[in-house]
Amino acid sequence: MKITFPHMGNLSLTAETLLKGIGLEVIVPPACSKKTLSLGVQHSPEFACLPLKINLGNYLEAYELGADTALMVGGIGPCRIGYYGAIQQEILRDLGIQMELIVLEPPDAHPRELWDKIRRLKKVSWKRVLEAIYLAWHKTRVMDLLEEKALILRAREANKGSIDQLLGEARLQLERTAKIAQIKWLGQDYLSQIESIKLDEERQTVKILLVGEIYTVLEPFVNLNLEKQLNSLGVEVLRPLFLSSWINEHLLGGILNIEGTKKARELAKPFLNSFVGGHGRETVGCSVQYAKRGIDGIIQIAPLTCMPEIVAHSVLPKVTEKYDVPTLTLYVDEQTGEAGLLTRLEAFADLVRYRQRRLKKNENHVFGY
Amino acid sequence: MDKTVGIPRALFYYYLFPLWDVFFRELGYKVILSPATDKRIVNLGIEKAVDEVCYPVKIYYGHVASLLKKADCLFLPRLVSIQERSYICPKFMGLPDMIRANFPEHPEIIDHTFDGSRKGQSLSKDLEHLGRKLGHPPETVRRACAESIAALREYETKLKGGQNPMTVLDGARFGFGERKLKVALLGHGYNIYDPYASMNIIAKLARLGVEAITAESVDPAARDQAAEVLPKRMFWTLGHRILGSALYLEQRDDIAGIIHMASFGCGPDSLVAELLERLLKRRRRKPLLCLTIDEHTGEAGLDTRLEAFIDMIARRKIS
Ligand code: SF4
Ligand code: SF4
Repeated sequence: MKITFPHMGNLSLTAETLLKGIGLEVIVPPACSKKTLSLGVQHSPEFACLPLKINLGNYLEAYELGADTALMVGGIGPCRIGYYGAIQQEILRDLGIQMELIVLEPPDAHPRELWDKIRRLKKVSWKRVLEAIYLAWHKTRVMDLLEEKALILRAREANKGSIDQLLGEARLQLERTAKIAQIKWLGQDYLSQIESIKLDEERQTVKILLVGEIYTVLEPFVNLNLEKQLNSLGVEVLRPLFLSSWINEHLLGGILNIEGTKKARELAKPFLNSFVGGHGRETVGCSVQYAKRGIDGIIQIAPLTCMPEIVAHSVLPKVTEKYDVPTLTLYVDEQTGEAGLLTRLEAFADLVRYRQRRLKKNENHVFGY
Repeated sequence: MDKTVGIPRALFYYYLFPLWDVFFRELGYKVILSPATDKRIVNLGIEKAVDEVCYPVKIYYGHVASLLKKADCLFLPRLVSIQERSYICPKFMGLPDMIRANFPEHPEIIDHTFDGSRKGQSLSKDLEHLGRKLGHPPETVRRACAESIAALREYETKLKGGQNPMTVLDGARFGFGERKLKVALLGHGYNIYDPYASMNIIAKLARLGVEAITAESVDPAARDQAAEVLPKRMFWTLGHRILGSALYLEQRDDIAGIIHMASFGCGPDSLVAELLERLLKRRRRKPLLCLTIDEHTGEAGLDTRLEAFIDMIARRKIS
């Protein structure tokens, strides 16, 4: 068996570590590119949400490299992700491609389903599985912590590209190691390197919260490097959604003490009092949570036609009104162009900066009496 | 005077109105139904909804807008699920909140949650809970539940017998001479049975001498059985109905073709239609026409596609 998986931000670091850890032969699909997109779009339903299309592109590219199995997460409703695997499998079948999709999801009819799927992957001892999970988890967490820092500091870096270079190095080092102690050490080392990078102290920055559908938030190829673009416009990006926090909450049952979305779900209630699939409720809740803490603006991103995020988008004006924070909603699909996106980001950053200045002025005014 | 409750003539009106209607009347409310969808209502909805929302939800917004000053309260249930382990659509789960956020001037909203997805939960249990929440004595509530469930069953029996929701609910008539052909017309009820949204596709077909057989007239057991060939259990109630009916009707000799009508940008149907197309293509028995509609759909274009399809299946039938 040669196994592959779809890309989503740094997921490949996690997935490769985990699957190799349990002794499987892994084929990492080529990074998402125009080719991935056009392959995916060509064979997917026209109106499917974007992640389905690009994931399919990943599988097809991995297949060319010899993969015969793909591992993915699914679901049992209410959102489309729960039917991705079934549709993609049918598409592959009609293309005459021999590739099996193994979908990890909560059992539908029988509790043994998930266990059977894992057993199908490989017969290994529980100890080995746990070790692989442990290793993959630590790498993911370290990468996320570095990225979280980068999202803030990159807005003021004096030499453009210096932080990205460190992130790239860290990622390579993490890929190569298999020792927990070294992972921890790498994490500390790179964190302090990032923190001590030369900053442009003069630069005035604003703080923007980034929320939305997980795939478009985490995958730079589909959000057209949104975070970096914002950083270079002098925007510090705050992002509640990280792969590690998602894993902790959804796969590890929240046993680790890192900030999850429980509080946010509670805070969403006055605006959206129900789970709506995907991260719709979290989008609203995090907006409230961070607005209370003090931020200058909110950006929501989602694939075009994404149901949970359309619900969230529909109630966000209430949050804007109550907490007086401007919001911008971006929908992306295969036709979204970088130039158009950048124009919208620039305009929004200008608006946020203008409002921030005005608010400051008003404050000075009040206290000046 | 009796308290009035407004019910939008949209979305699940086509599936559940007899239930709501009898329930509220039994509890002593006067039920106010919004008027039939028209251009004005659609525009009211478009004005209030974000662009990306699908057409049926925009229409729902429009019906709510038309009820704002007409009723003491609005009944806008949160319809999570009407079937075990199944859902309708994520948008239905957030609907009352979407309305609240976009109609600041709204009257009292009864947004009770109906969630039959978990085992042991059912429509009637949620209904009973609602009645008690509204402050009615248990005896009255129990009677209202029983009466309204009976009304729903009676409605469903009529549909199973081949009657059309438009006829049963709104008294529409479709007498257009002799029917030469039968086609399956599959789609969400709020699309195909709303004469404005669907551009009255059922009447159009009738004028072409075609009888539209819809999912509601197919025996649920036959639907379920036909759906067993699906690669994975379909967890959207309406998607399951569409696929099950298509797979069942495609085996029937009297059905000449299948038409699927979906809203532009509909999440569930984007995948349901794909599966439908692939499954039918492999079986090569019945031609399929997929139509998507929204507020920009031109009627002339729809007519052309429909006529061409009917011509094609009529020729096929003869040869
Ligand atoms: S959350 Fe959005 S992107 Fe994900 S499956 Fe649902 S509709 Fe598609
Ligand atoms: S099922 Fe489709 S048409 Fe119905 S509300 Fe959901 S997205 Fe809209």
